[in-house]
Amino acid sequence: MSKITDAFKDTKAFIPFITAGDPCLSKTVEYVVQMAKAGADIIEIGIPFSDPTAEGVVIQDANIRALANGFTMEGLFDAVKQIRTQTDIPLIFMTYINPVFHYGYEAFFAKCQELSVNGFISPDVPFEEKEEVEEVAKKYGVDVISMISPTSEERIARIAKEATGFIYVVSSMGVTGVRSEIHTDLAKIIEKIRSVTDVPCAIGFGISTPEQAEKMAALADGAIVGSAIVKIVAEYKEEAAQPLYDYVASMKQAVLAAR
Amino acid sequence: MKKGRYGIYGGQYISETLMNELIHLEEQYEYYKKDPAFNEELHRLLVEYAGRPSLLYYAEKMTKDLGGAKIYLKREDLNHTGAHKINNVLGQALLAKKMGKTRLIAETGAGQHGVATATAAALFGMECEIFMGKEDTDRQALNVYRMELLGAKVHAVTSGTMTLKDAVNEAMREWSTRVSDTHYVLGSVMGPHPFPMIVRDFQSVISQEARAQILEKEGKLPKAVVACVGGGSNAIGMFYNFIPDEGVQLIGCEAAGKGVDTDKHAATIARGSVGIFHGMKSYFCQDEQGQIAPVYSISAGLDYPGIGPEHAYLHDSGRATYVPVTDDEAVEAFEYLARTEGIICAIESAHAVAHVKKIAGSMSKDDSIIVCLSGRGDKDVAAIARYKGVDLHE
Repeated sequence: MSKITDAFKDTKAFIPFITAGDPCLSKTVEYVVQMAKAGADIIEIGIPFSDPTAEGVVIQDANIRALANGFTMEGLFDAVKQIRTQTDIPLIFMTYINPVFHYGYEAFFAKCQELSVNGFISPDVPFEEKEEVEEVAKKYGVDVISMISPTSEERIARIAKEATGFIYVVSSMGVTGVRSEIHTDLAKIIEKIRSVTDVPCAIGFGISTPEQAEKMAALADGAIVGSAIVKIVAEYKEEAAQPLYDYVASMKQAVLAAR
Repeated sequence: MKKGRYGIYGGQYISETLMNELIHLEEQYEYYKKDPAFNEELHRLLVEYAGRPSLLYYAEKMTKDLGGAKIYLKREDLNHTGAHKINNVLGQALLAKKMGKTRLIAETGAGQHGVATATAAALFGMECEIFMGKEDTDRQALNVYRMELLGAKVHAVTSGTMTLKDAVNEAMREWSTRVSDTHYVLGSVMGPHPFPMIVRDFQSVISQEARAQILEKEGKLPKAVVACVGGGSNAIGMFYNFIPDEGVQLIGCEAAGKGVDTDKHAATIARGSVGIFHGMKSYFCQDEQGQIAPVYSISAGLDYPGIGPEHAYLHDSGRATYVPVTDDEAVEAFEYLARTEGIICAIESAHAVAHVKKIAGSMSKDDSIIVCLSGRGDKDVAAIARYKGVDLHE
């Protein structure tokens, strides 16, 4: 079984997302380790991109800060190497496809394998285009995570059947960001997914409070939180370790309450 | 070739949220494209509302002055709303209406596509919101006011470089928030499939007319057709029906800004490399980390870091040639055309005129060149005056 799928075994998973290089890569190392200690089950590390078209303002701004601070792929790989001396939590790289295409799929996924990065998510690589990425990723033992959204409808079964690692269920229309309410009929989507695959589902987009996380984890196998984490980093900058620890611990508790 | 691909270029690199809408759009387009009633209605709009066919004008004074090939101007600037953009917009807006959409959104650079979209929305009684980079709303203030007069809401985009690329980002974000009643009228031959195909088909009327017009006037095909290229919609429209005519050179003129050896240009073919962005695989101006580079041109319409995937393919295959033209050359051509032929063209189109000035003299007097005058220049007058250091008091 893949290490990512394994992380859902006997638990409800809490999956935080953090933008690498915000405020700097050495802090990314510290924050990832803190979140692992606080009970995160999988961590998504966002590779910044100049034009993140699926992000709301919070993650857009984090991308801009990280790039302005001189983020590079080589720097990121060094940071992950340091993370790996301190935790073996499953890690996923999440990014737009251009920086990866530009680095070279072979070189990038070989690097993932070397650093034990277990998964890859790209919001601009849908089912129709995943082949060029997946062939290489598979060779290096990296799960390509599929996304299913409120508009997927008859695509759900097709996507779910070929899914690996876990399925990222997008809770709402639009871009990433904190939402006060989620209106999508997620139960129906999860039911459709479960009728064709045993691959676990986690819900993301718009989740920020423990109440929301508990509700989502009750519907699915886990909850993903991005903007709320990135907001904490934006607020506390170099001093975010403790607030992140507290937040992740409370969110992990909330998803466990859904069991 | 695979569906939606031009060689290795094109594709659908877009969020899952938009995929079903793109598939639906393609199905509907394929249906209506063959529907006689749709085509009749579009034809009527193009003729009676937009003023097609556009003239093919023999620029006699320019020809004599340059002393070589006969120069013909394809007068897209004479279309309603003042540019070629209306060809695509009327097609997409009519399609959107047939699909039951009630709201149009669009990105715009120079504002010509935004004005055309706002115009179609007014005509069809649809809601309209336009996304335009803050820098462009400043340098094309007249077009912002035109859009507002037409009933559109204009959003000044303040993210990133605050130009066309960022306007596209914001329009995509907006579309993914609200697809059920909204059609995104993409303005160029770019973005995910089926947009590059749909926009090309609607713009190909330019070369369909031009080819027949030149055969009537000259009795033979031109030696070259020339057009400016940002995303590349007027260029693909100008090239498309000449692609099978191997003797006809297809020349696209990119914005070289302050020069391709500076960091202030938007010359995607000359200086870019293959990448994946805005839904498509194509050439992009990007840095060594695969981050999209800030680009620059005096022309807001060419100030874009990518190029449509069919152009990338035409470049690789050698069928079309892409040349850089600087701000200075474009401004000089803008003034030249005004003085020589009494035509004030868009600064975008002036890039194509500038290249014709370079090549016409070395060609035989028996040959002809068609240059696509993609838009009129009223919108640029104030900016050119500033560029020349002239102080205007409006």
